[in-house]
Amino acid sequence: MTQRNIVEAINSALVDEMEADQRVMVLGLDVGKLGGVFRTTSGLVEKFGAQRVVDTPLAEAGIVGASLGLAVAGMVPVAEIQFLGFTAQAFHQIGPQLGKFRQRSRGRYHCQVTIRAPFGGGIRSPEFHSDAVEVQFVQSPGIKIVMPSNPYDAKGLLIEAIRDPDPVLFCEPDRLYRAGRAEVPDGAYTVPFGKAALVREGGQVTLVAWSAAVELCLRAADLLAAEGISIAVLDLRTLVPLDVETLCAQVAKTGRCVVVHEAPLSAGFGAEISATLMEEVFYDLEAPVGRVAAFDVPFPAASLEDYYLPSVERVVKAVKRTLES
Amino acid sequence: MSARKNTAVAIASRQVLQPDGKLVDGAQPMEEEFLLEALRWMMKSRLYDHKVIALQRQGQFGVYSPGMGQEASIVGSAFAVDPARDWMVPQYRELMATVHHGLPLEVISSQYLGKIAPARIPDGVKVLPTQVAIAAQLPQATGLAWGLKLRGEDSVVIAYVGDGGSSEGDFHEGLNLAGVTKAPIVFFISNNQWAISTSRRVQSATRSFALRAAGYGFDGVEVDGNDVMAVYAATRAAVEKARAGGGPSIVEATTYRMSFHNTTDNPSRYQDPKEYEEAKTRDPIERVQKYLASIGLWDPQKEAEWSDELREENERALKLAAEAQAPRPGDVFANVYEEAPPRVARQRSELVDGRRD
Repeated sequence: MTQRNIVEAINSALVDEMEADQRVMVLGLDVGKLGGVFRTTSGLVEKFGAQRVVDTPLAEAGIVGASLGLAVAGMVPVAEIQFLGFTAQAFHQIGPQLGKFRQRSRGRYHCQVTIRAPFGGGIRSPEFHSDAVEVQFVQSPGIKIVMPSNPYDAKGLLIEAIRDPDPVLFCEPDRLYRAGRAEVPDGAYTVPFGKAALVREGGQVTLVAWSAAVELCLRAADLLAAEGISIAVLDLRTLVPLDVETLCAQVAKTGRCVVVHEAPLSAGFGAEISATLMEEVFYDLEAPVGRVAAFDVPFPAASLEDYYLPSVERVVKAVKRTLES
Repeated sequence: MSARKNTAVAIASRQVLQPDGKLVDGAQPMEEEFLLEALRWMMKSRLYDHKVIALQRQGQFGVYSPGMGQEASIVGSAFAVDPARDWMVPQYRELMATVHHGLPLEVISSQYLGKIAPARIPDGVKVLPTQVAIAAQLPQATGLAWGLKLRGEDSVVIAYVGDGGSSEGDFHEGLNLAGVTKAPIVFFISNNQWAISTSRRVQSATRSFALRAAGYGFDGVEVDGNDVMAVYAATRAAVEKARAGGGPSIVEATTYRMSFHNTTDNPSRYQDPKEYEEAKTRDPIERVQKYLASIGLWDPQKEAEWSDELREENERALKLAAEAQAPRPGDVFANVYEEAPPRVARQRSELVDGRRD
């Protein structure tokens, strides 16, 4: 077993899949010699050459559209969009094109395309770099949405994504890229989509989160434990497909739930979680489902991001409110 | 070469056959057999348009964009690629080009009838689905051509777009990437002077869309899009260049949409009838018929015979399309995922079986 952070885990997944399958290629901005702005593709161009690790022109729709065509040609493209916020420049090629291509060709073609995109606040990045827009793609059926929170999952879910015959949007928590190392096996392994992970057991309240918000929930759970409050943390891992079964079973156990996400509150994925719980386990609930999210305003200047993003304090407060009701 | 006329609709410079059916001085015509075959496809295209427009008016066909007036561009370009190894990426007005490329007429017709399984592009047919999100097909076509090159295939891609589509961001991103990757692709711009009601004059201040190729580091050529011989020759040269490793090209076919944008449109609200009348004098089918008549290969009797045969062919395909498997409610869920996520599977069973697990 090797200790890897998320950057190294992603790099390891790419190396393993590129070695195993000649069709796998990486394309995007600065993915070559620079190794990507976060260095996730470091060393790949040296190992696999400029035909398979391609610095593209600065054009997000072009990168994604070309990936669709590359897939039809029989390649397995792993495209990097430098930051998830810039998928706005490629949105039409992701939801309406990649997501619908199988349907539009009546099943003749499919798009084995992975789009990797770092996102999230907390690293004082310039505007548009922090936007958590993952839920926009939930309304684009046909795209799977993967949100790893730790190095082990990052590698296993990325390999699963690359091998998936359908398009996958793989969102990487940039705040956690180098937050810590964990055991990540050498060699390929997969983590299946649609299987939420109970990353902390606890009896009173279930915190539901994905990506970097999982780490936030774990810190909140530690603080609450010191006060004698027992918190479970459920990491959804993928929003599409959604593990409704585990979500409902887990929340039914604690009877109380707070959803935490970095995207703005209104029509965020927390609303979907909350509505699902209402439909499925309403009579097991002891309190209304709570939500902690970013505010319904655009991501502010980096100097203000700590006020905008969900904080440990806000999570703790929301848990206590849930326990009081 | 005919001189560019100072009219609203510029006549493209490359021409083999003049509107009056006479060869341009010194121009090399297509072989007669080949030209007859091209004429047959052009007539088939126009007769199909007439038929399905009539059907649409009776509520028996979907919204449809005819190719009338553009048959030389549609057929001349399709003749320049090899269905066995080359790929075709249509927009939506090139129906008969995709049929020439191997997509059975009953299959594409069934798409307009809302059929699902019968409208599946058959395996082995190297055609992508029609594209209604204008120009979105261009980066895709570039990726396809680039991928075929990476895989060492001997294939070229022909991608269609119009004068309107040339204004889209995807046009720029697709062509720029093609230049950089030296992808084996021909961007065929059917400049039919209209994007629904928006005139080509409003679309761009450029005097030629083909000129834009220079900005991407490759060649562009303008051609009389109503001259099937010229369209074929120009496209063929671009295809051969791409196959030989010479990278992409633009072929801009200057033509005229002699019908509506689609069956919901009403050109009388925006089109100058004089412009339309003038366009009719450059009809792509009539000029070939005039030329063939001048060398003794065409007469009214032949026209009547061919028309009957082609109408029958078209109607046979339309009948097959109409009789093909009707869509079933469960088809709402067809062809989205290789394996439907549990939630989607449950929604399907709610719709199809009326039960909720």
